[in-house]
Amino acid sequence: MTIIEESATVPAPRSGDDKGGPLLEVRDLHVEFHTRDGVAKAVNGVNYSVNAGETLAVLGESGSGKSVTAQAIMGILDMPPGKIPQGEILFRGQDMLKMSAEERRAIRGRKIAMIFQDALSALNPVLSVGYQLGEMFRVHQGLSKKDAKAKAIELMDRVKIPAAAARVTDYPHQFSGGMRQRIMIAMALALEPDLIIADEPTTALDVTVQAQVMDLLAELQSEFNMGLILITHDLGVVADVADKIAVMYAGRIVEQAPVHEIYKRPAHPYTKGLLESIPRLDHKGQELFAIKGLPPNLMKIPSGCAFNPRCTMAQDVCRTDVPVLHQVTEQDGTDLVGRGSACHFWKETIHG
Amino acid sequence: MPETLNKASAGAAESPAVAPVPVAAEKPRSLWSDAWRDLRRNPVFVISAILIVFLIVVAAFPGLFTSVDPDHADLGKHYLGVPQYSHVFQEDWFGYDVQGRSIFARVLFGARASIIVGVCVTLVVTILGGLVGMLAGYFGGWFDSLLSRLTDVFFGIPLLLGAIVVLNAFTHRSVWTVVLALGVLGWTQLARVMRGSVLTVKQADYVQAAKALGAGTGRIMLRHILPNAIAPVIVVATIALGGYIAAEATLSFLGIGLPPSTVSWGNDISSGQTVIRTAPHVLFFPSAMLSITVLAFIMLGDAVRDALDPKLR
Amino acid sequence: MAELDKKDEAVDATPNVTDIVKVDASTTTEVEAILDAPVDRGEPILQVRNLVKHFPLTSGILFRRQVGAVKAVDGVSFDLYQGETLGIVGESGCGKSTVARLLMTLERATAGEVFYKGQDITKLSGRALKAVRRNIQMVFQDPYTSLNPRMTVGDIIGEPFEIHPEVAPKGDRRRKVQELLDVVGLNPEYINRYPHQFSGGQRQRIGIARGLALNPEIIICDEPVSALDVSVQAQVINLMEKLQNEFNLSYVFIAHDLSIVRHISDRVGVMYLGKMAEIGTDEQIYEHPTHPYTQALLSAVPVPDPDAREHRERIILTGDVPSPANPPSGCRFRTRCWKAEDRCSTEVPLLAIPERFQGLDSPVAHESACHFAEEKDVVGAA
Repeated sequence: MTIIEESATVPAPRSGDDKGGPLLEVRDLHVEFHTRDGVAKAVNGVNYSVNAGETLAVLGESGSGKSVTAQAIMGILDMPPGKIPQGEILFRGQDMLKMSAEERRAIRGRKIAMIFQDALSALNPVLSVGYQLGEMFRVHQGLSKKDAKAKAIELMDRVKIPAAAARVTDYPHQFSGGMRQRIMIAMALALEPDLIIADEPTTALDVTVQAQVMDLLAELQSEFNMGLILITHDLGVVADVADKIAVMYAGRIVEQAPVHEIYKRPAHPYTKGLLESIPRLDHKGQELFAIKGLPPNLMKIPSGCAFNPRCTMAQDVCRTDVPVLHQVTEQDGTDLVGRGSACHFWKETIHG
Repeated sequence: MPETLNKASAGAAESPAVAPVPVAAEKPRSLWSDAWRDLRRNPVFVISAILIVFLIVVAAFPGLFTSVDPDHADLGKHYLGVPQYSHVFQEDWFGYDVQGRSIFARVLFGARASIIVGVCVTLVVTILGGLVGMLAGYFGGWFDSLLSRLTDVFFGIPLLLGAIVVLNAFTHRSVWTVVLALGVLGWTQLARVMRGSVLTVKQADYVQAAKALGAGTGRIMLRHILPNAIAPVIVVATIALGGYIAAEATLSFLGIGLPPSTVSWGNDISSGQTVIRTAPHVLFFPSAMLSITVLAFIMLGDAVRDALDPKLR
Repeated sequence: MAELDKKDEAVDATPNVTDIVKVDASTTTEVEAILDAPVDRGEPILQVRNLVKHFPLTSGILFRRQVGAVKAVDGVSFDLYQGETLGIVGESGCGKSTVARLLMTLERATAGEVFYKGQDITKLSGRALKAVRRNIQMVFQDPYTSLNPRMTVGDIIGEPFEIHPEVAPKGDRRRKVQELLDVVGLNPEYINRYPHQFSGGQRQRIGIARGLALNPEIIICDEPVSALDVSVQAQVINLMEKLQNEFNLSYVFIAHDLSIVRHISDRVGVMYLGKMAEIGTDEQIYEHPTHPYTQALLSAVPVPDPDAREHRERIILTGDVPSPANPPSGCRFRTRCWKAEDRCSTEVPLLAIPERFQGLDSPVAHESACHFAEEKDVVGAA
């Protein structure tokens, strides 16, 4: 059994140089929030990486730290109360946490863009969408008003908003939810970033519209060869678009795997529980499998493995030792590329 | 604060729902107890609360602080200024006015009129405005339109101008006529706040749930809407209280508030303004007390608003 | 007379169908009659007939005049039987939540009837309405807003007894509340706590306990788990199924999550823009959908199986749901439908077993409001 040291980024090769390395690499990131009730440890040593053209799905429930990690990457964390006591966020090999505010601003929006869940509150209600889209070009590229408007129409066309030229002067509330999410995507795309972080981009949308938006996102991603970090709690959406998955629980990555593997053979009891709790045809009329208990309070994360109070496989060691992210192997010992599980009993979980 | 964090703290870390775990010895917390915790740590609140308690004690028992009758006149001390040596808490500490009355005593006794006007007007407008706002917000429809238009009509009358007109209708004026005049004209602000607050709360699912259970109008209003809608009203009322004290002083200054025989800051400011150059202390001390009192109430209102608004935490 | 009518409708469960259908239904084989409306279920406990709710759109400040109406619910009919779960699915704006509020008489219906045991509850008020409310209760979507933050859990669950004092004598209430907490899987000692001290899943349990307090026969669930974390959803669904068996409850289960609806429902209705597009047993709807909207909806649901994504046929609908204030003429789905023809814009399709499937002993023979209903194999939600 290979144990990968805690500080190492699993399984992606470590690489600090500009070329060949991952587009974005998060190393041992910690985020805390200091509130009057105590310190909430939202992120406790997260490692992940994304390459150009790749989709990483970060799966987790509320409080798992998936959104906080994304906010830390974007540099839009509220500090205070937020604090990053340790960790590195490498964009093309450069640690963004050590950059000046000026340098970070140059990356934000231009190199890394973000799509939010709630498009209505992310858009300014008193400005036309054309103005807001054009603003990106006026501010970052110094285009004239007329050119910026033309660019805005082009963008709206690209995200398939019908009658773009006519609707460019409309205000956000005049668009439907799906169309607003398209405008958000257009805004994120405006400066052709290298990486897009999408935080629950379709959660607020209906299924038929959700399918349209996810398709559009996937299409644009391959067109521009962008990296995409998709943050979601929906196992279905993940299966549809992701290349690899990182499952988060209580601020840690508990399992990491290529998308096809994880659904077939989860190597962490939490992932396994999530997959089993999906209602299935052949289980109709029976009780659903339910993970017992509740997600932990981030102020009082259980000792040892944070999942131990809810885990069916928990032993004494789980209550005392924090499991590291183990390299997952086949029964015969050959490494499964890109797979890791932070469970003392990953072997039993995947092979048992 | 990120949403994830809120949820986590809301979780309060109960162990598995099904397992009967002994209840932790934590005290139940509510918005009010949370607010109280916040307030106790807020220096602005502590300072303003101490000031207000002091002012209320002065208003209730001015005799504790001086043995001098505020109406006792000794023309020999006409416009006698502030003494050059230390006379703290003595009769001549603040000097004397035109009739040789102790300004120190007058300032202490004048607190009563101001505080009574401030507190009573606030009570009247909160009850009146709260009631109108609650009924308009809850019942809606034509009833709301009617009450809202009525509110708008009163809102259009400037408080002081309206009070002057109302008070001129009385030949015999007292503290209570001032309370009446300000109360009748001041409730609109509270009614608007209450109506808006009720409209928001009315939409909440727990109000719908109570309706679905078959709860009557009275129960829904008193148990579900009022406790959840009252916070902004309390905040506005506390801030407004300072304004009413100032309004009383203004009316008295203009000579149509309290009768000149009543000891009040407004009356004293009014008589002091004519001699501002020869005997500035006559104007200064009542004005200073008025400013401090108004400021204390406004600061209190501010602190309460911050404490009751979880978003500002 | 009303009694007679209802019995009639109970058998074929299609009140707004033309006469021809009724004749046909009576001549079909017994097998189909069972398929159509199982006899062993007996009388429906709730019958909804042509329910309509229009919200007026007004303009003007002083003198409001009506300039139009949002047709949130526009002629919906269905039956609910004792002990069964009827799922209602649809996208936002389809009127499913308005249906819930109409069934709870939280909104007054513009037209149509809701019969509870033969009594039209849409016309009731005062004492009679209060009595009916004991039997029809509701579980709300958002556990964070459905509990009064100023009341303790004991007060919240005990309030039904204060409103209906005849259900539990005063001295007995505290014990009853603790029993209810136990039934929904919460520690009875939590009785003095406030809602914010609980997590979303626990709050939803409190909401369910409140709904159960009066021993209702019907519980209307409006998206009861959609606000909860994935790992907690299953707990709440299990609880609801347990309670259904224990107390013989009937559920109207409104949700947009098709896989959860399928798991819990005996029958499923699909709504689109204020109308019922298709209704049938879960197998009929999920395995043999005949309405194009149902097919598109099912195919659009992301399936938690990455292998399916390459060889799954997906129907991606174009455009958005039209505004319910100005719905399309004829069939409401025609603006997004790939099958639409001229007939669809002029003739409103009725919710009935399509003519071509009538008499068939097959699950495709269920009510579907489409002129061109046909079976299409779409990958159902697993």
